[in-house]
Amino acid sequence: MGHGPRDGFDNPIIEWVDSRLPIFTMMQKEYGVFPTPRNFNWFWNFGAIAMFMLMTMIITGIVLAMHYTADTKLAFDSVERITRDVNGGWLLRNLHTNGASFFFIAVYIHMFRGIYYGSYKGPRELLWILGVVIFLLMMATAFIGYVLPWGQMSLWGATVITNLFSAIPFIGEEYIMPLLLGGFSIDNATLTRFFALHYLLPFVIFAVVFLHIWALHVTGSNNPLGIEPKGVQDTLPFHPYYTMKDFFGMIIFMIIYAWFVFFAPDAMGHPDNYIPANPMVTPPHIVPEWYFLPFYAILRAITFNFNLFMLAGLGLLAVFMVEFIWRYKPKYLSNGQGILLVVVGSALAVFGLLADFNQTWGIPLTASTQVPISAKFGGVLAMFGSIGLLVVLPWLDSHPIRSARFRPLFRVAVLTFTLSVFVLGYAGSQPSDKVYWSTCLGDAHVCEAIEHGGSAHVESGAEPTVLKIDNTMVAQLFTALYFSFFLIILPLLSRFEKGRELPTSIHEAVLAKKQKAGA
Amino acid sequence: MFVRNVLTVLIIGVTPVTAAFASGGGPAIPSQEWSFSGAFGTYDKAAMQRGYKIYREVCSSCHAMKRVYFRNLEALGYNETQIKNIAAEYTVINEEPNDEGEMFERSALPSDAFVSPFANDNAAKYANGGALPPDLSLITKARANGSNYVWALLTGYEETPPHGEELSEGQYWNTYFSGHKLSMAPPLMEELVSYEDGTPETVDQYARDIAQFLTWAADPHMEERKSTGFKVIIFLMMFAGVMLSVKRKIWKDVH
Repeated sequence: MGHGPRDGFDNPIIEWVDSRLPIFTMMQKEYGVFPTPRNFNWFWNFGAIAMFMLMTMIITGIVLAMHYTADTKLAFDSVERITRDVNGGWLLRNLHTNGASFFFIAVYIHMFRGIYYGSYKGPRELLWILGVVIFLLMMATAFIGYVLPWGQMSLWGATVITNLFSAIPFIGEEYIMPLLLGGFSIDNATLTRFFALHYLLPFVIFAVVFLHIWALHVTGSNNPLGIEPKGVQDTLPFHPYYTMKDFFGMIIFMIIYAWFVFFAPDAMGHPDNYIPANPMVTPPHIVPEWYFLPFYAILRAITFNFNLFMLAGLGLLAVFMVEFIWRYKPKYLSNGQGILLVVVGSALAVFGLLADFNQTWGIPLTASTQVPISAKFGGVLAMFGSIGLLVVLPWLDSHPIRSARFRPLFRVAVLTFTLSVFVLGYAGSQPSDKVYWSTCLGDAHVCEAIEHGGSAHVESGAEPTVLKIDNTMVAQLFTALYFSFFLIILPLLSRFEKGRELPTSIHEAVLAKKQKAGA
Repeated sequence: MFVRNVLTVLIIGVTPVTAAFASGGGPAIPSQEWSFSGAFGTYDKAAMQRGYKIYREVCSSCHAMKRVYFRNLEALGYNETQIKNIAAEYTVINEEPNDEGEMFERSALPSDAFVSPFANDNAAKYANGGALPPDLSLITKARANGSNYVWALLTGYEETPPHGEELSEGQYWNTYFSGHKLSMAPPLMEELVSYEDGTPETVDQYARDIAQFLTWAADPHMEERKSTGFKVIIFLMMFAGVMLSVKRKIWKDVH
């Protein structure tokens, strides 16, 4: 960075510094004249907005830390004291709590932009992966940050989430949990280490953001057309064109953020977190913060064990996907063997699932003590897997065209995927057993009895079938959609989608659009 | 494209809000008219003073409000002398021992917190048949739709439970309490607390005044928050207008 020939500066002080440490040359090169595609739309504002939110969180967080006490007996009171008695404390706290939500809003839009316009594709794979690392660090930071006020949701949300780690075989219960909690349950030792980590992680995020931007400045930005700039006619210097455009977008974002901070500061929080943490009283519905809800829904969707039949079936299907779809030309297997893989794999997976649901069949190797992956561990794997898939996204989607503008099928797939994330978010906020629709097939009298007093009155032999759609089923369906987007649809589209013809250059595409608008 | 971005932000923002309300469960709480609701709303000092009077005479025999200090009563419209006099009606144990090392009692000062009716939670439970009366300092924030909830709970008692429901000793049927079986006896009745300003002395009015007072107690900076908010948002909007024209001027030759 900043190496190589320098142009020099007229101001002697700047020149004196720059000839010894070329920081001004670097800024000039990376933020002044940096060639940036001329055709960005407003989606490209959210990187700068996310950076602004990170700085807001760090600055408000440092001041809050000056007044916060990490002690289970004092934490809740110290947060209340900040909002009531510290000068401007109410503003600091509202900026910080709502800031977390708006940081996630900015980052989710930024990620959507990356997926929709194929920004993760070569040569920007590492740039994208660093982004996923930032997202993971953000989730960790936000999760432990929510514990600090030591309200009811702080305690019980943390209890549910840290309990997940006990599902990891062999090491979870014995090593990871005590290390995470500093004891056998969430207590003072947990709070103090969470506070230390909550102060540390934002600076780790900052460091990874630096790498993220460094990588960006090596490859240059993607753009809505997804084609590389070919020369100066395709680009604009970053300053003043994009500094000023980003600044304007940032202020619009700040207006919405400010509206929540000043007029609805608790709208995104949970009322239970204004009750001091009490290990003796469990809240009726434990829900995480809204930005975790889709992943929480995926976690809860896995209500079944993965027995050996299912794993074998899924393994065979994976071999098929790799060999016939991902590799384009099968290397080891013939077409007939491929068909056999799909048939046997699907049959094994379905059989395994049915055997798990119907434990009374007594199929060997399907009892809950004999399964390699229990439902709980399966849920944890699915939740982390749903984020892990983002890491390998550049290799799951190997289609040569980046932007969804020129891939109509990919466009539909991405929008459906986005919709299913929203549905998962909704499912995550509702109790698992919430019934959306149900109908009773069979004798009318018996059905009525069921409706009013459960199945207690039902005579044997006349048992009717009750069909229903509950929240768990919705979550399962959309979890399946989420995973099939990455594992089935993207590899298939990479291979079979033709796509539209790409414009020859950014410059020409911009001109053509202008002419069309003028005509 | 821009409109679409704003819509995206709004949808993402509003979904969890509605979800949070929807997941509350229990009976729907009717919305009341409040002086403090809406972006321009402010607290009604007279109502807060009446609410505080009810708290002192009725609620405070069981419920603590340990996060509110006598000095905070300035926001209700009391002056310094009045606050000193109110505080002096209570005695507290001094935090530090005297020169001889003995703990001693003194009358409360404006810098003291509201005096709790019980020494600790166990004493509170013991005196209330095993049920803990919650501290009220944050109650309107600690319940979904808090101000309306307080009003609804205080006016939502039924003399007899619906057919088929049984109440045990010390339980009362309340339409708006989650589970309906509330251990708090109906605390209000007509003309229980006398008002000097001619406001009707009804249960409904009492409940409204308490809700107003408790909303202030949970959110004492609301008026400052909203008025700052207007300044911030007006400033940002003007700034956005300036930046939009700057951006347009710079981009004029590019588009």
